[in-house]
Amino acid sequence: MSKVGKIARRTFLVGATAIAGGVAFGTWRYQTPYKNPLLADLNDGEAALTPYVLITPERVTLITPRADKGQGAYQTQAVLLAEELDLELDQIATDPGMPDAAYWNRALAEEAAAFLMPGGGFGADVAETFVSSVTKFIGLQITGGSTTVPDGFDKLRAAGASARETLKLAAARQTGMDVADLATKSGAVVLPDGTALPYTSLAATAATLDPVQDVPLRAPSEWRLIGKTTRRVDIPAKSTGTQGYGIDVQVPGMLHATVLLNPAQGGALGSYDTAEAFKIKGVESVVEITGGLGVVANNTWRAFQAAQAIETNWPAGPVPPDMNDHWQALSDSFVDASQDSRKRDDGDVGMALTGDGILTAEYRAPYLAHAPLEPINATVRVDDNAVEIWTGTQIPRFVQANVSKITGVPVDNITLHVQMIGGSFGHRLEDQVVRHAAEIAMQMKGTPIKLTYSREEDMMHDFPRQIAMARMRGRVAEGQVQAYDLGIAMPSIIASQMGRQDQPVPGPDSQIVAGAFEQPFAIPHHRVTGYRAPDLAPVSSWRSVGASSNGFFYNAGLDELIHAAGADPLIERLRLCSDPLAANVLEAVGDMCTWSGPNPRDGVGRGLAFTKSFGVPCAEVVEVEQTDAGLRLTRAWVAAEVGTVVDPSNFEGQVAGGVLWGLGHAMMGEITYTAGIADQQNFDSFESLRQYQAPEVFVRGLDAGDKVLGIGEPPVPPAAAALASAIFAATGKRLREMPFSKFVDFV
Amino acid sequence: MKLTIDGTAHDLDVEDDMPLLWVLRDELGITGVKYACGIAQCGACTVHIDGDAVRSCQVAAGDVWGDVTTINGLGTPDALHAVQDAWIEHQVAQCGYCQSGQIMQATALLTETPNPTDQAIDDAMSGNLCRCGTYPRIRAAIKTAAIKMNGA
Repeated sequence: MSKVGKIARRTFLVGATAIAGGVAFGTWRYQTPYKNPLLADLNDGEAALTPYVLITPERVTLITPRADKGQGAYQTQAVLLAEELDLELDQIATDPGMPDAAYWNRALAEEAAAFLMPGGGFGADVAETFVSSVTKFIGLQITGGSTTVPDGFDKLRAAGASARETLKLAAARQTGMDVADLATKSGAVVLPDGTALPYTSLAATAATLDPVQDVPLRAPSEWRLIGKTTRRVDIPAKSTGTQGYGIDVQVPGMLHATVLLNPAQGGALGSYDTAEAFKIKGVESVVEITGGLGVVANNTWRAFQAAQAIETNWPAGPVPPDMNDHWQALSDSFVDASQDSRKRDDGDVGMALTGDGILTAEYRAPYLAHAPLEPINATVRVDDNAVEIWTGTQIPRFVQANVSKITGVPVDNITLHVQMIGGSFGHRLEDQVVRHAAEIAMQMKGTPIKLTYSREEDMMHDFPRQIAMARMRGRVAEGQVQAYDLGIAMPSIIASQMGRQDQPVPGPDSQIVAGAFEQPFAIPHHRVTGYRAPDLAPVSSWRSVGASSNGFFYNAGLDELIHAAGADPLIERLRLCSDPLAANVLEAVGDMCTWSGPNPRDGVGRGLAFTKSFGVPCAEVVEVEQTDAGLRLTRAWVAAEVGTVVDPSNFEGQVAGGVLWGLGHAMMGEITYTAGIADQQNFDSFESLRQYQAPEVFVRGLDAGDKVLGIGEPPVPPAAAALASAIFAATGKRLREMPFSKFVDFV
Repeated sequence: MKLTIDGTAHDLDVEDDMPLLWVLRDELGITGVKYACGIAQCGACTVHIDGDAVRSCQVAAGDVWGDVTTINGLGTPDALHAVQDAWIEHQVAQCGYCQSGQIMQATALLTETPNPTDQAIDDAMSGNLCRCGTYPRIRAAIKTAAIKMNGA
């Protein structure tokens, strides 16, 4: 195992703390004296065995600190816990719990290490330690970066194992039997005569015991649930209209609200006249909020109508008025003064790329909206010294802190009920909607306010995927890629995003080059340079973050070089590949599609791309066919290496969805600004992949690696490049700018 | 105004031009019906009126011409409609937000066309957006549902 594994095991050795009414122990104690967040609410007879398991006389509850936005996070965490605790999945209730610093996300901290430590690289011991401490300090309870599985894989199994052995000890205490004679099954301790004592009946006794420490985890060969397809517990509700999302929250006495914001992103409130709005039935009030107005009524539609009836005069916003200004700013950033990082510099690129015969190309990726189908929303009630919030969020600690600032109510008196999220893709890493809801509720104390953005307000005021540009220079000789120099320019996503949370972000932003600098190809002369463009439109994390643009850039440049060399895209990548796990996925995807080159037959093109992102090597082949109606995407094949496939069905769904996300946004969709105002406001102008455009997707998960990794994001980065390569093979047309629908016709 | 929703008659005091979507969600608390675009571009709000799939964001309350069936009236977790059963069997939902509308659209398709071709599925389902990309499983679930409904 890697060093990370050692840290994780050491974490589990930390002793327990006995506290009146219960005992608590768990991985959260590593290096830090955080209090166990469950203990505050414990009643007599309830045992909080770890921050993850709460066993009461009524039920076993998994306190899951990771938001579920459709990726099956609750299910995955339940599987990891149940594997060692010997529970059936339908015996576990899940509860997102209250935000607490004890739930800090170590895996995300490791991903952030290179960013936060100037000059630090991945795997640098000092950086990992430092950043873990920093992110713990600010209590970074975040769902993102495909970290749910890596973060929980050891912690939740250890929690389950410790809980199991402690419950057996409780049963031994109650029955006078020897622990060695006891077994566990389906939520009960089983006595030698077959009598089953449900865990729930042992909670009171377990509360009096020191939890059993350092229980060895079961070997993969003993796994009952991990690696098997399970039925997600949320799917029946999601198939019958009975799953409640944040937008469905109903609180007694609640009013409905919407916002009317300065259409210019980031612009301030101007002058306005509400006379017409108050003629609409059911309108209660119009209040000033940051950047615009909150409109409160007794029905969401009435609030929408009233918002449209308000006459306004908006000042200009801070976003550069014209798209040419944005592209020019990127173009101007390819200079030494703007260099942010050069994390890859192999061989002698300067020498290799002098003289004649140098290939060059420039690539572009547009702003993109997150546009999950559930418009952002939050319900907030502000009382004199207490606040209650109902919302779907990936950053619960920040939400509490920001609402505290707005309302003056201390964080300890702010209750947050985390709701199921109807899609995020990074959207719920922002909390502007909660702040707006709190600003409105603050002006209507005692009344719960459910704020729902209209789709138009949501899309216009999204913090979109970064705009980005890349420039490639390269040389080929003797049928091989000899030199590849890639420069990438974009604004700092992380600085923009964390800036909205008042978090300083020192040092280079590794997201500017993520998905490019760390690729496992031993090209003799190879360099990747990140250039930090000035802030343009505010941007945020969008499914796969920096790699969402860089996977396209890196592969597109490499594809042109391989083509110029006259080499085969798969064979040349395999020849250059320096990582056996990466070679495995390349070979796997070639095997899956029976790769025979880019042109298996007339009118059909295939493109191959590979990106290692979030630690996951992922290879994809996309096939397109020329038809009378335009290009049709027929099939896609994907292979990814994740160490352990926790649930094959959920894995397949996540990977297929990720590929379709990458393909759909390569084909169509962009956010552009005119006078600093987003031109696209709804799905009529921001087009999205539909059923008739979706190819078949074939998925293979590989599990040779020793590090368990998440899969929400890694299938996205290679998709656009694989599609561009396929289109080149089918049509001879090189596409260097997304969306491709500006240059070719799709069916 | 009188509306029959999922078999229950309601007497409502709402404006004629309030979209059915908001009558269902905010006046009656039937929240399985989803708001997502408000302009008939995504299909999340799809319900049946006299068996036809319609976008409830585009139907004014005063224009409702028949009995309304929502996802909440189609079946329940304990008494699933065959289409819902197929959706669970194929583990279609990810975030699940679009699936109410997808299921209502698919049910109307299968009522009209018991054995739809891939083309028929494309034609009927392409007005319903899914941002998670569950399209391959939606297609497979429709085919399974067709078998279940034909055998029933």
